[in-house]
Order: sequence, then structure tokens, then C-alpha cells
Amino acid sequence: MITKITSLLMIATIVAIMAPLSANAESAPDTPDSRYVYNINGAGATFPFPLIDLWRVEYNNDFDNVNLNYQSIGSGGGVKQHIEKTVNFAGSDAPLTVKERGLAPDTLHIPETVGGVTVTYNIPEIPKSGLKLTGKLVSDIFTGNITKWNDPLIKNINPGLNLPNQDIVVAHRSDGSGTTFVFTDYLTTVDPDGWGKKVGKGKSVPWPVGLAAAGNEGVAGIVRSTTYSVGYVELAYAFQTGMTFAHVQNGDKSKFIEPSIKSITAATAGLANKLPAGDADWSTVSAVNAPGPDSYPISSFSYLLVYKDLKETSKNKEEAKAMLHMIYWMITDGQTFAPTLLYSPLSDNVVELAKKSLSQVTYDGEVLWKYDSSVKPTETKTETKTTDYEIPDWIKNNAKWWADGLITDQDYIKGLQYLISQGILKV
Amino acid sequence: MDKTNLNLKKRIISDKVFKIGATVAGTYVLVIVVLIAFQLLSESYPIWEEEGLSFITKTDWNAVEDRESFGALPYILGTLTTSAIAMMIGVPLSIGIAMFISDAPPKIGAPLGFMVELLAAVPSVIYGLWGLFVFRIYFRDWFETPLHNAFGDNIWLFSGNPYGLDILTASVILAIMIIPTVSAVSREIMKAVPQQQKEAAYMLGATKWEMFKLAIFPYSKTGLIGASILGLGRAVGETMAVTMLIGNATGIGAIPSSLFGPSQTMSSIIANEFVEASPASIHMPALIGVGLILLLIAIVINVIAHLLVTRMLKIKEGAINN
Repeated sequence: MITKITSLLMIATIVAIMAPLSANAESAPDTPDSRYVYNINGAGATFPFPLIDLWRVEYNNDFDNVNLNYQSIGSGGGVKQHIEKTVNFAGSDAPLTVKERGLAPDTLHIPETVGGVTVTYNIPEIPKSGLKLTGKLVSDIFTGNITKWNDPLIKNINPGLNLPNQDIVVAHRSDGSGTTFVFTDYLTTVDPDGWGKKVGKGKSVPWPVGLAAAGNEGVAGIVRSTTYSVGYVELAYAFQTGMTFAHVQNGDKSKFIEPSIKSITAATAGLANKLPAGDADWSTVSAVNAPGPDSYPISSFSYLLVYKDLKETSKNKEEAKAMLHMIYWMITDGQTFAPTLLYSPLSDNVVELAKKSLSQVTYDGEVLWKYDSSVKPTETKTETKTTDYEIPDWIKNNAKWWADGLITDQDYIKGLQYLISQGILKV
Repeated sequence: MDKTNLNLKKRIISDKVFKIGATVAGTYVLVIVVLIAFQLLSESYPIWEEEGLSFITKTDWNAVEDRESFGALPYILGTLTTSAIAMMIGVPLSIGIAMFISDAPPKIGAPLGFMVELLAAVPSVIYGLWGLFVFRIYFRDWFETPLHNAFGDNIWLFSGNPYGLDILTASVILAIMIIPTVSAVSREIMKAVPQQQKEAAYMLGATKWEMFKLAIFPYSKTGLIGASILGLGRAVGETMAVTMLIGNATGIGAIPSSLFGPSQTMSSIIANEFVEASPASIHMPALIGVGLILLLIAIVINVIAHLLVTRMLKIKEGAINN
């Protein structure tokens, strides 16, 4: 009897040890063939460049026969080279538009990191971060509808702050940029009738008001040297330079979210089940105003673009396999390096989706790697976890605001519906 | 007999080689210019097809997908305005510097001349950064704001709240950037005036100023105009420093309306938007179209300059024989 139990235990432990090993062996693509040297060329977005450059070094430490050369020439340039098939992969802050997709059919979108945009301000009376703004307010400020800092609409949601009677100076990017794309995408989403009709979204848009300067550093320069100004800069830049930034209302309109690595990753987690397959049309995908109570609303994916059939851009099958492994490494092991450079790592469910996309990669029609999504059990685990959820703080606040008449019935119902959709409440 | 024949043949061959070499070198320049123009025209073709000649007169600038509409007028005006103001500030200053250096004792003139030439060696991005982070702030607080407070309500030139990112700041930085070129060339031209001519003026009892007026300016007028045109050439094409300081407005807002208003030049809008322009939309052709217009304007400026100089030369031919 005892021997039986111990043997059972032993088998169990062996299985337990084996399981992750076999899962690993099954899920990861083959490591690059060490007999050859590979030069992988990429080009595109400047936003993820510091991270990709760190990946280049770290990956090269493990696989010194693979050399990555990524040129940060901008998303537009990256897409151009992708269409012309002159690089192995391209980086882009925005998904391919329908027209671009027409020129580069069968392109896979692989999200590789997440970016956030902060609304930064310079108000001497408010030296710290934490001014609260709703999406509509941000839109009204950048449209020029709200011109004073002490506008009643701003005052109402910031009761404790000393808002001065001063004109708002708007600062924005002059150069075409992914940051502008994310920011205007957000404004279009939260204010489709105002901003969406008047301006729209794009890497460079016809700004109704404001001063313009090139780069994050340019906008930051204007904001720092001009009192009572407001602008938008990328999260990492705002953090590194110690700028003050607003807390923006989340997509559920339940609370105001401080931009942080965590709240931006949360945004993508809330979005994962809405994302299309890797080879589908991504042109309408947007991570702004993502669902979830802790999701920072001005977030966005940065993508790697590769052809579904790598014969289009690779010299041979070995090179294609090496690149496949490298990109796999970026979206899995590579993610651990993201926070050190103030990038937000992908959430687990987005990584899953990216892996599935990578499994579609072929070389001359031959599938290079079969991905068996054996991680499903962990997914159900997280689902069961949510059943013994406690009522989160934000819904308590929500109820209080609703009782006090600060938010509308509809907003409150939305919050309740979220709880129901998550299985916390049952009707 | 044979030997001279051989020599003659050799000379004919070398003559032919020279002729071919010189022709190749001469046509090379022409071919390059034509190729550039052709490339710009073919790459910008979609925008001419879409907008026609109204691309030059329209003021819209919208790159948002499905709302594309482009017009280059504001940037043409922005380029011409900033260059003109830069010339107004820079040319008199440069000629003053050249006058001083050409007439100062070598002990002062030589190091000063060297310093001015050193200014030309500063890369334009340095001027831009210095302008953006240092100059703009002092210029705004000590010059623009008082001027705006005094005249802003009455004179349109000084209207608009000054932030330091405007036409005037960009023009002043441009003026600083063209000074080394203009003054260095002007100095050489003034130095080339024969000493006898200067001495003759002095002998007639001329003061220093009269000497410049009588002896140097008439002699060097064409050269000075040429030097200014060189400066204008630099001002029209200058990109980095202007982009950092001009405020980079687009569309109707970029039409110069006041010294303290933002604008945008042709080269700065290309620098700003080229990198992220979608290759699948007419945004890219529109930017290349702006480049084509810039090339044409540069050619027109040069032709005018050439005509001015040759006319001046013809007038002066009778007066000066040296």
C-alpha cells in the first residue's frame, strides 16, 4: 500500500517535472542553427528602438551567430521597406492601413511592446502630478473649446486643486509620429462627434490650436518653458524627465488612472480577446480606452510586421527559422527586459495571441513551427479565480458617486454590467 | 618631319581627351539637376493628378486617412517671409562686419575674420538647439513681449501672444546663420578692391565712409549682391534650425500673419512629416511636391541673381577698367 502510494507520488512528481519541460519543448520554435551566421535586418518605428536594441544585445549573448540590425527610421519608412520587401521585419506604431495592406498582403501583426502617452502640464499652482481629466476634457482642451484652466468643467472633477484663471497653452508634435497617432486615436474614440469629425486620427493631423515642436523632447521643452501649458509625451520620456502628468479617466468611466507600466499593461490585457488573428486586417485595432477598471486609456501596441510566408524576405529557410525564434524570444523572454527601460510588457493573453500568430509563419508554404496552445489550463485557472473576487474599491466609489449624483445612471449601469460580464455578480 | 607629325597627332589626341573630359564634367551637373527634377516630378505625380495646380494655391493640409487634402501655399509664403526677414537683418550686419574687417589693421581684422568664419562651421542643429532652449526664452521675455505690449493692439505686425516659437525668432536665427557666409564673401570682395583706388579717394579728402561710398561700393556692388544671394540660398534651404523655432503650424494657420505667429517653411514640413508619411497615401507625393516647388524657387532665385549680376556688370563695364 505504502509502496503504491509512493510510486504514485513518484509518477506524479515525474509528471509534474516533465510537464513544464515538455510544454517548453513543444511550444518554443527551434533555436537558430549554430552552423550558420545570420544577419537579420529590421527597420521602422523609433518608439521601441531602445528596447529592440537591448534585445539585440541580450539575444546575441545567448545566440551569438544571430546579428540583428534594426534601423529606427520611423514607422512610415519601416512600412515602406516592408512593402518593398527590403527588410526581414518592420516595426510600426500603427497597424497597416487598408491601403498599405493592399500593397503588402499576408502581413502578420505581432505586438511586441506597449506604449502609453501622458498628458503633461505646467501649472505653477499644481506642482505635482494628479490633475484629473476625462477624455472629453482632454479633447476639448486640444480642440480649443476649453481655454482656461479654471473652467468649471475642470474644476468640478478637481475639487481640491487651486486652478488658476489662466489661458491654456496647447503644445503638440510637429513631426509625424506614432505618439500623435495614439493620442489622436484616443481623442477620436472618446469624442467622435467633436474631435473625430473635426480633426480625426493620424500620425500628423491638422491641429486646431497650439504650438508645435519636433519629438517628445520638443513638446517637453515647450511645456517646461511655458507656464500654463499642456502637451502630450510618451510615458517613458515623461518618467525619465520627471514631468507632471494628468490622471486620465478610464474607458469604463469608473475612475481616474495614473499612467504607469502596470496600468498600461492592464489596458492590453483587457483588450486581448477582442484582437483579430495575426494575419487578419488590424487596421481598426486600437488599444485606447481599453476595458478594465485599471486600464490606462491612452495606450497602444507597437507592432512587428512580418510576411506570413518568410520566403518573401528571407534568404533561406535557416534564416527564416532563426528570425522566427528571435521574434518568439522577444515576445516571451524578452518581455522581462521591458520594465527596466520603462516599457510596459505585454500581458500574458496578448503573448498567447502573438505566439499563435507566429505559428502561422511559413517558408515557401512549409509550416516552420506548430504551436500547441497547451497553456489553456492556466487560462481556466485565472477564470476560476475571478469567481471568488471581492467587490473592488472602484465599484464602491462608483456607487458613492452615483448616490451623490456625480455620475449618471448609465455610467453606474456600465460598471455593474462589467461586474456581471466578469462573473462577479450574477443576475 | 615624322617627329613633328607624331607630335601633332599627340596634341590632337590630348586635345580630344580634354574636350571629352570637360564636356563630361560640364554635362554631369546638368544631368544631376535634370535627374533630381525628373525624380521629384515622377514621385510627386499623384498629388498633381489629385490636386492639379491648385496644390500651389491651396491652404489645406490634412494627412488623416480618407480626408487627404494638401496645399503648399502657406509653406511657400513661410519660406519667403522668413528668408526675407533674415536678409533684412543679416545682410546689412554682414556688410558692416566685412567693412570693419577689411579696413581694420590685420592684428584685429585677421582674428575677427577667423571668428566669423568659425561661425559658419557651427552645424545648424546647434543653432537650432541653442535657439530653442536658450535664445528663444530671452528673446521672448526681453524683446517680443515688450514690443507686443507696446504695439500689439495697434500694429498687426506685433499682434498675437509671443511664445518665442514664431517667424521672428526663426528669422533672427536664420540671420545669424547667413552672416558668416555673406560677410566672409563680402570681405574678400572688398579686399580685392585695388589699393590705389582707396588711396585715390583718401587723396581727394574723403572720410572713411566716403571712401567706402566712392571707391569700394561701386567696385564691389555685383560681388556684394552675389554674396547676399549666397546667403539667401542658405536661408531658403535651411531646415533644422528653422524647424525647431518656427512653431510648425500647418494649414491655414501657417500663413504668416504676424511676426509673433507660428508658421512653417517648405523644408521644415518635409523634415517634420517625411519620416512617418504613409507610402500608400498621397501624403508622401504631397511632401515630394513641396520639394519640387522648393527646387523651382531656388532655381528662380538663382536666375534672378544671375540676371542682376550680369546687368550690373554691363553697367559697370564702362566705369571700371582694371
